[in-house]
Amino acid sequence: MKEGVRSVVEPPLRWLGERFLTLAEALGQVTKLFRQTITWLYKVEARNVMAQMVEIGVRSFPVTSLTSLFTGMVLALQTGFSFRKVFNEPLYIGSVVGLSLVKELGPVLTAVVVAGRVGASIAAELGTMKVTEQLDALYTLGTHPVRYLAVPRFIACVTMVPLLTVYADSIGVLGGFFVAFVRHGVPSSVFWDEIRLIKLHECYHGLIKSIAFAVIIVVTACYKGFTCGEGAEGVGRATTSAVVVSMVLILVSDYFLSAALVALGIGR
Amino acid sequence: MIRVEQLYKSFGPKPVLQGVNLEILDGETLTVIGGSGCGKSVLIKHLVGLLRPERGQIMVDGVDITRLTEQELTKVQGRFGYLFQGGALFDSLTVGENVAFGIRHLKPMPQFLLERRVSETLAMVGLSGVEPLKPAALSGGMRKRVGLARAIAYAPRYILYDEPTTGLDPIMADVINELILDLQRRLKTTAIVVTHDMKSAYKVSNRLAMLYEGRIIQVGSPEEIQHTTNPVVRQFITGSSVGPIKVPMAGPMSGKSQ
Ligand SMILES: Nc1ncnc2c1ncn2[C@@H]1O[C@H](COP(=O)(O)OP(=O)(O)O)[C@@H](O)[C@H]1O
Ligand SMILES: [Mg+2]
Repeated sequence: MKEGVRSVVEPPLRWLGERFLTLAEALGQVTKLFRQTITWLYKVEARNVMAQMVEIGVRSFPVTSLTSLFTGMVLALQTGFSFRKVFNEPLYIGSVVGLSLVKELGPVLTAVVVAGRVGASIAAELGTMKVTEQLDALYTLGTHPVRYLAVPRFIACVTMVPLLTVYADSIGVLGGFFVAFVRHGVPSSVFWDEIRLIKLHECYHGLIKSIAFAVIIVVTACYKGFTCGEGAEGVGRATTSAVVVSMVLILVSDYFLSAALVALGIGR
Repeated sequence: MIRVEQLYKSFGPKPVLQGVNLEILDGETLTVIGGSGCGKSVLIKHLVGLLRPERGQIMVDGVDITRLTEQELTKVQGRFGYLFQGGALFDSLTVGENVAFGIRHLKPMPQFLLERRVSETLAMVGLSGVEPLKPAALSGGMRKRVGLARAIAYAPRYILYDEPTTGLDPIMADVINELILDLQRRLKTTAIVVTHDMKSAYKVSNRLAMLYEGRIIQVGSPEEIQHTTNPVVRQFITGSSVGPIKVPMAGPMSGKSQ
């Protein structure tokens, strides 16, 4: 009888325990990776940082432009229709489009796009290097993989993602203006007056979040790459999981970050 | 001098090293022989601190490197050159940058000297004019030789060769053998070679050590090994499928067993 109870209870408990241990270990390793990255920030080769900035930032401009342009346009389209229903005319399109983009959609969409594009490529590149012993080779040649690989990517991500976000906000607002003006007949002075009402601290709200998202993307991708499993299969799994994990973390942390920032009076 | 004492390492439930004892004298070339997957690479990765053992000591010039922090290890690693089994060239860098990498980070020198050293080292492994190429443009054998050039470019005291001749044609293999001998004669480097190519092992080694089931079962000069009475070593060096070494056979019952 006792044995029967045990055989029923033990497997799920064991499973939970193992999950918990794995998670705790991963958290520990991520913390270590983050700490090492920060300590080596100043000892980085400018050449490597530049290369990564081009790779992460400049090459992300086209896809960011497209996503934010259409997001701004659809926001204006939908707001116009909804507010027509309520107020009988398309009011507040500028405010809605501007604020949603600057505080939420700009940072989040940019981060999600970068996570898909850059997070995946970082995880795949570092994972391949791990599998082909290039990370070991770095050690034996007097450099630490975190210092040589993670730090330049970290700096590039943390500077380029906020820049991309500002750019995405602007493109989105332009798209919104276009639809508001052409489709809903909102006068341009009305639209831009509403945009001008956006406060600086509301912009900071979005920018601070985008920096946090950049950290999430680059640390997740580097961690997944460095801990990649064997062979091509391992690289594939590391890549997928880097993208999925960072996207989930971005969306979940977005809520808590927004709440915290608003509590601090930034972007209320 | 390097001394390995009672080294134990397992991956998960799978024991790989089970009490390895081995001494590498200054200036000698010691070859570790053993079947594929017996842990030869794992053993030499321990010598440079790429892997940490569960138990045991590795004394390098009187210091136990298993107890060093990562920063302290970096200094020790500068004394080692490592030729990886697959070359492990950085594929985002050119061949020239690959060979220069160790010098840049371990023994910085002016650019013109660096360039000369790089082309000299490449010439030593029988390559020239390949500096601007990317590793992807090279054949497997060339990649291995570039890997070798990268490992010896900064004149390390100890060189670890992980299967230096595997995958090369017989002539190129002999070029590499000569190179290992030459480095030992001219630079007095201490070398540890890991291989299952017996021809190369006899040619380059002062001593051979056989790794089997996680332990070193015999150490001796090439002659001693050739005339061994140990049945396991005998079987390995003669390359026979009949004998005490268990050969995992492919078949419906294989897979997870063994
Ligand atoms: N990082 C690792 N994780 C898990 N198992 C490993 C790892 N490295 C090596 N092994 C296992 O250890 C054994 C010995 O590997 P290795 O030293 O590469 O063999 P070889 O003698 O052919 O060089 C193999 O069975 C391999 O699967
Ligand atoms: Mg090996």
